[in-house]
Amino acid sequence: MGIRFDKLGAVIAAIAAYACLVAPFATFRANRIVAGEARTMLESLPPATGWALMAIVTAAALIALLRTPPMLRLGASLTALVALAVLIGVAGSFLTPADNNYARVSPAHGFWLLVFAFALLLADVLTRLALSPWARMLTLAGAAACIGLLLASGSWDSLSILREYAGRADSFRAEGGKHLTLALGSLAAAAIVGVPLGILCHRVDALRAGVLNVLNIIQTIPSIALFGLLIAPLGWIAAHVPGAAALGIRGIGTAPAFLALFLYSLLPVVANTVVGLAGVPRAANDAARGMGMTGRQRLFRVELPLALPVILTGIRIVLVQNIGLATIAALIGGGGFGVFVFQGIGQMAMDLVLLGALPTVALAFAAAIVLDAVVELTSIRKSGVPS
Amino acid sequence: MKWLPTIARLALLALLVAFVTSPGWFEPLLKPLTENNAPAIYNQGNLLTLTLLHLRTVAIATLGAIIVAVGLAILVTRPFGAEFLPLSRSLVNIGQTFPPVAVLALAVPAVGFGEKPTLIALFLYGLLPIFENALTGLTTLPANVVEAARGAGMTPAQRLVKVELPLSLPVMLAGVRLSVVISLATATIGSTVAAKTLGEVIIAGLLSNNLAFVLQGGLIVAAIAVLIHDGFLALERMAARRMGRER
Repeated sequence: MGIRFDKLGAVIAAIAAYACLVAPFATFRANRIVAGEARTMLESLPPATGWALMAIVTAAALIALLRTPPMLRLGASLTALVALAVLIGVAGSFLTPADNNYARVSPAHGFWLLVFAFALLLADVLTRLALSPWARMLTLAGAAACIGLLLASGSWDSLSILREYAGRADSFRAEGGKHLTLALGSLAAAAIVGVPLGILCHRVDALRAGVLNVLNIIQTIPSIALFGLLIAPLGWIAAHVPGAAALGIRGIGTAPAFLALFLYSLLPVVANTVVGLAGVPRAANDAARGMGMTGRQRLFRVELPLALPVILTGIRIVLVQNIGLATIAALIGGGGFGVFVFQGIGQMAMDLVLLGALPTVALAFAAAIVLDAVVELTSIRKSGVPS
Repeated sequence: MKWLPTIARLALLALLVAFVTSPGWFEPLLKPLTENNAPAIYNQGNLLTLTLLHLRTVAIATLGAIIVAVGLAILVTRPFGAEFLPLSRSLVNIGQTFPPVAVLALAVPAVGFGEKPTLIALFLYGLLPIFENALTGLTTLPANVVEAARGAGMTPAQRLVKVELPLSLPVMLAGVRLSVVISLATATIGSTVAAKTLGEVIIAGLLSNNLAFVLQGGLIVAAIAVLIHDGFLALERMAARRMGRER
């Protein structure tokens, strides 16, 4: 029996080899904005630790390269990822000279490539294991707990992105809160308006094409333009409608951002409600009618429950899209993580960009996993298989 | 009534061309939106040039995305690459959760400011819909047709070029349409990292509190997106009719 290779494993091993041997592991800069100096893996870590990481990565890459059982691959990818996460923090404190508050150490592309390679291996194993929705949410919670633990333990404190955070802890929390309010609030508003509008469109043929066309056209307006265009009408309302300003309606800031996100959210919600209701089997509706259910009873007990997975898919699209789009709100003074992204771009301080971009990506990713699991759970119930 | 939509589209196209070539004609319309005698028509660059650069950026990124996405979809649907199929599906799902602004911002440290980070973001973001649709097209071919092609003695390469690709063309085109429409809007964000696109007009308007700029930038992009969207729909219908797959 010859040794058999895994094709994906070959890709992973190639990336890992390049990242270990050629690419820099960390970047050292004397201060926040000067060009960085590359440091290889062995230069970034205390000698013994550096070799240990090299050994872990090599072993994990070999496990990936050969055809090995899924559980072994799962263990290898997790070990490699945890080792990388812990040791990049060690590299941070190792490379920073003592009592130097200006020096910055950040992960370089070799580190990111290694994370990518083993995340790929992990994604492959998880896909093959075909986890149940609950197991996927538990995995997500576990990953979040690990990251939270690393953050709380302070082992990453010497990395530049957390240096940026340290000076802005308060505003980070405030902008994070605004980001979530924008994304979730506009989603809630879109669901409250969109689902009834979708039901109406389903019932009234004449309305359907018109409403969907208008919502489609709104989607084609670039987000930064829509955000900007809403400044004027809202400013006018704030100035002329008594009490509006007291409610927080202002020309710039959160109000136009909220309204723009709401308008973008309507199409997926309305369209999916219409598609979901149209997909309700005629037999189910006939049976309900035969049982003497009124129109309202049919809607709430038959049609909406059967259409729920499709409607929730629309909600998932909206939530992921809104978490991303809320970053643009910063351009019109609406706050959110985009504040750090655009400040960072303006100051050419990439760690600040990361401080805004990484939480946004993480939030969108977590939202997608949770809602995918919820969609799957509701469709399992629909098809009558006990979950 | 059948030709009404066509006329409406031609009128929109004419209006669009007139606006970007001689924006001065429309000044009286936009003037009421400005304050303190600010200019009503974007004056820090030529609208036509910016529109063409915008279209060029989107075209390059989409072309790259088509080549890579269709190539990958072909690879994972062959016996050789079948191993990658489940992973590629989940990667597409994961990739779609990345917000475009984040992709753009993360590309800047790697390649610097200007057109390059925008191209990368548009390329990565455009890959996903095309790949997903190409995969759907190639995996949902009518089994009897593929079987007949095999029975007729076609080699795998002939089957791919003469049967599988033409049959999945309408679905692939739908993916390209989605990708182009998203890219057209997303390209405007590229101007936050100094790419030359119509976003420049919008951002200039936001910075100087000039609503006329915001409106003209936004409307030009929206008009182009609507026209390209409809153009692709017509192409898809044509491709579907040629293949006898009425939709």
